[in-house]
Amino acid sequence: MRMEQQPLILTSLTRRFGETCAVDGVSLTIAPGQFVGVIGRSGAGKSTLLRLINRLIDPSEGRITHGEIEVTKLKGFALRQWRRDCAMIFQQFNLVERLDVLTNVLVGRLAGHGPLDSLLMRFTDAERTIAISALDRLDLASQALQRAGTLSGGQQQRVAIARALVQEPKIMLADEPIASLDPGNATRVMDALRSINRDDGLTVLVNLHTLDTARSYCDRIVAMRAGRVMFDGTPRQMTDDVVRDIYGAEGLAEFNESVTSTAAAPARPRVPA
Amino acid sequence: MTSVPQFTFSPAALSFDEDFAAARRKSRLSWIIGLIIFAVLFALTSWMSDFFKYTQMTMSDGSRQWGWVIPAGIPRLGEFIVKMIPDLHWATLGADIANWFWRLDIWLWLLLETILIAFMATVIGVTGALILSFPAARNLSPRPWLLWITRRYLEICRTVPDLVWALIFVYCFSVGPLAGVLAIAIHTTGALGKLYSEAIENIDMRPLDGVKAAGGSWFDQCRFAALPQVMPNVLSYTLLRFEINVRSSSIIGYVGAGGLGQEFRVAMSFQEYTDLSALFVITCATVMTIDWLSGILRHRVIGMERT
Repeated sequence: MRMEQQPLILTSLTRRFGETCAVDGVSLTIAPGQFVGVIGRSGAGKSTLLRLINRLIDPSEGRITHGEIEVTKLKGFALRQWRRDCAMIFQQFNLVERLDVLTNVLVGRLAGHGPLDSLLMRFTDAERTIAISALDRLDLASQALQRAGTLSGGQQQRVAIARALVQEPKIMLADEPIASLDPGNATRVMDALRSINRDDGLTVLVNLHTLDTARSYCDRIVAMRAGRVMFDGTPRQMTDDVVRDIYGAEGLAEFNESVTSTAAAPARPRVPA
Repeated sequence: MTSVPQFTFSPAALSFDEDFAAARRKSRLSWIIGLIIFAVLFALTSWMSDFFKYTQMTMSDGSRQWGWVIPAGIPRLGEFIVKMIPDLHWATLGADIANWFWRLDIWLWLLLETILIAFMATVIGVTGALILSFPAARNLSPRPWLLWITRRYLEICRTVPDLVWALIFVYCFSVGPLAGVLAIAIHTTGALGKLYSEAIENIDMRPLDGVKAAGGSWFDQCRFAALPQVMPNVLSYTLLRFEINVRSSSIIGYVGAGGLGQEFRVAMSFQEYTDLSALFVITCATVMTIDWLSGILRHRVIGMERT
């Protein structure tokens, strides 16, 4: 529990893919318990940034630390432990559609099991209890034995959140979690993330395409453009000028935030454009 | 007077005519080249395999005559079949059939051995293929050298025919079904390992990211994200392979590796043609039954997939 109090620190983090620099010298300090939204155009490096934090990809330069843990140096078992502590959900849910919902959620417990348990898909009763209570929290307990592929997109994303929850993580990363969902489901997913942040005290780092969602859910907004951080502040500080700067909409007479919206009625009245 | 419709063509549309003619020329040229290659290969193989051989042959009355081998040989096929037809009479049918299948007790025992060889070889082969197919798949192999080694190993396993493997293992482990099991198992590993790894190369990689991001190891990713996706293919290929292995194991005894094949050899060398036909009947009936049953099972697997 000591670790929960530690900030996540990124220091001049850089990732190059050939000639292109997807993430370019990003330095951020994320305090524990923050709800951080990362916005920016497609290709701005938002996904790469989250994948770097979870170590799905390795940085070209720079480092990530979490308390005393030097995340960028982890290997083998320690790396798997880090990934467990830093859960991730994806735009396309990344569930195993042919397995049932319960097994998909139990994947979140794999870091504590050896190959033999894995081969036999063997989990303890206690773990099944954790998984069912996570599913119940997301209103999916009755679908536990259904194949994940038979669920709707919104349900699948909530299964993915349940999988993340049973990891008992310290940090929750969400890579455009609502980009493939309709407004109703998008709201449910964002509300679930907010509950995880407020009730469980997890740090949440979420990539978003929709500005009003970012404004209504996040404590802090980080805007990226061409791999660099262009803006870092509260939603209130993010003025229209800042938004134009981020999205490069200089030529447009009026930049309409509601066009980018996919969430249903925002929880807080939007700042008038 | 009918009016001719007037079209105005853009330069792009005008250049279509030329492009079309060029495409036609190109396609005609590749057809001609293809036909020439085919003709050369056909001529070469027919010459090597004596397909059009014109030679001197001994006729059934003892005289020597010139002739083309194929029309001269076809009547011999009839002779062979006639020799194989057993002497059956309506009045003594039961006794005649019993006489035809005079070694039925031994043959049935060997038939069981044949099926068990195929079964055991399939089990061992599938196990080996499943283990090796993950490192042999380009998208999952953890190390390039491991990919290279597993792929080469699988190639060696399947390019050497199972009869040759059987000859080697008969030398190592002496005559008997063990050599047959190992020979067919190795060939199965090679053939199925390739098919499985190709199925793995076509999977959706996103679930693997999901397992990896949750702290799953490479093995966990294979077990939880890759294997469930390829399972229908694996089942279907495995059943198909079992059918093929029953056919292989029914002949592999010819080199002493167990099963019915040894009886074929004995019958051939003693020129017991009715024994041969009895063995053909037994083998065909068995292979057809197993094909039929495994076909039903395979369609079940595919059907389960659709629901």
